[in-house]
Amino acid sequence: MRRPISVRVVGPLEWVVYPALAAMALTILLATPLRLFGLALPEPVFPLVLAFAWPMIRPNALGPIVLFGLGLFLDLFWGGPMGLWALGLLVVYGTMLIMRIFMSGHATIINFGLYAGSVLLAFFTAYLVTVLQTDNAPAIIPLVGQMLPTLLLFPVADWLMQKFDDNDVRFM
Amino acid sequence: MAFRDGPFENIKLPLAWAAAAVVVVGIITAIFMLAGGQRQAPTRMSYMRAGVETAAAPVGEALSAPVRWTGNAFDYIGGYFFAVSENRRLRAEIAELNDWRDEAIALKNINARYEKMLGVHTDPPIPMVTGRAVTDTRGPFARARLVNLGQGDGVRPGNPVLSEHGLVGRISGVSGPVSRMVLLTDVSSRIPVMVERTDARAVLAGDASRNPRLDYVRGVNMVQEGDRVITSGDGGGVPRGLPVGIVAKGVDGSWRVKLFSERVAIDYVRVLLFQDFNQLVDPSALNAAPLAALDSAPAPTPQQAAAIADATTRRAVANAAAAERARLAEANAVAREQAEAAARRQQEQAAAAAPAATPAPAGNTPG
Repeated sequence: MRRPISVRVVGPLEWVVYPALAAMALTILLATPLRLFGLALPEPVFPLVLAFAWPMIRPNALGPIVLFGLGLFLDLFWGGPMGLWALGLLVVYGTMLIMRIFMSGHATIINFGLYAGSVLLAFFTAYLVTVLQTDNAPAIIPLVGQMLPTLLLFPVADWLMQKFDDNDVRFM
Repeated sequence: MAFRDGPFENIKLPLAWAAAAVVVVGIITAIFMLAGGQRQAPTRMSYMRAGVETAAAPVGEALSAPVRWTGNAFDYIGGYFFAVSENRRLRAEIAELNDWRDEAIALKNINARYEKMLGVHTDPPIPMVTGRAVTDTRGPFARARLVNLGQGDGVRPGNPVLSEHGLVGRISGVSGPVSRMVLLTDVSSRIPVMVERTDARAVLAGDASRNPRLDYVRGVNMVQEGDRVITSGDGGGVPRGLPVGIVAKGVDGSWRVKLFSERVAIDYVRVLLFQDFNQLVDPSALNAAPLAALDSAPAPTPQQAAAIADATTRRAVANAAAAERARLAEANAVAREQAEAAARRQQEQAAAAAPAATPAPAGNTPG
């Protein structure tokens, strides 16, 4: 006789809303005008972690809606053109949604490669939009300066996937 | 209550398809927002932006307060440790500045005399307000700061912002208590500047790097490394003469400007309440009728009155003579035209009468 396996039920508050609020809070925190030894604080795009992890955990309609809101928040807070990061985040979410069938359950190093690809895709989208809008290309060094800290957030994305992948993730 | 416990427990939503549909709708919406959005246009989005900035400013101010306190504490402690060396450095600086001060006083005096002699109207001082940068955006796609000055302080979009070292940026949006400043390094920033040594005009274009590019430099060999760059005032958006930075050659071969404002962290800033050059002159003087000052001028002397009367009479006589000449010339032209028309008519009548008077040639009819 098979014994029932206990599965922890996780609501949307825990795996969607709290991480989104944490991403917003960290974005505001790192916007502090602090400069140490001539260097400013890093400014990673925290919601990119969620755009990568959420479709891997479980696809749902709430995720892209919240990501759209997070993108608008980034544009409003950072003073960029409206829709820039909403587009970048949703492009990553959509791509991950398509690729999740092939990528689920792979080794961490494969996931990191996928994460790096997602970051590249989001920044390429934002770069393209900026070039088209301002007729002026941003310099590469500040671009790398924001991409690198975002790439270093991969352990957070991996932790999110490990934490919620085996749970019964419910919503709505 | 979870979805599967409700009355719709037997309905299975195609989750991936629902998510994909939301993604597509979201992407289309974002593209429309990007296509229709203008950073400075007063749309509903700008009100949203103002709301977010108003909410974010106090948070940023609270977060940056410990940074300022820590910085002040470091300065305070460092002041004790480096007091002797600092004292020596300041003494040397004062000795050097004394010479500059004497020269500046002499030049100021000469300049004032020249201005008086030439009747130069110098720009009046522009009012300014001082505030503090409370948040900092440093990404490649947006470089901006929130400043804790708003509409209540008289700040308007377009106002130039200065730090203690030089121009920092311009105000791009204002709400009640807070305003957003777009830095010179922002990818959308364009400021008309000039090289102080040669007066060569150029446009300072930000590209998110610390040293913005000098584009559209006018003239050949007008720029060299170490030249000082100031605002040119062209276009009327920014007053002339604000210090910007020093010219340097970039690794990509382009001319770049090392900004004065990038030397230290931007904390306290001054917002120049400058809209355009119209505010620098008296509008009533511009709108006054020509020679309106004659009403308030003193009465002319008899000699002046006679000269004015003589000039007026001469001008009236000259005008009358010119009018008469014009009338005669017109009458002559009309008469000439009439005569020519009559001559043409006579010629036509003569030409018509001539064939009738000529006998027809005899024909050789067969008998």
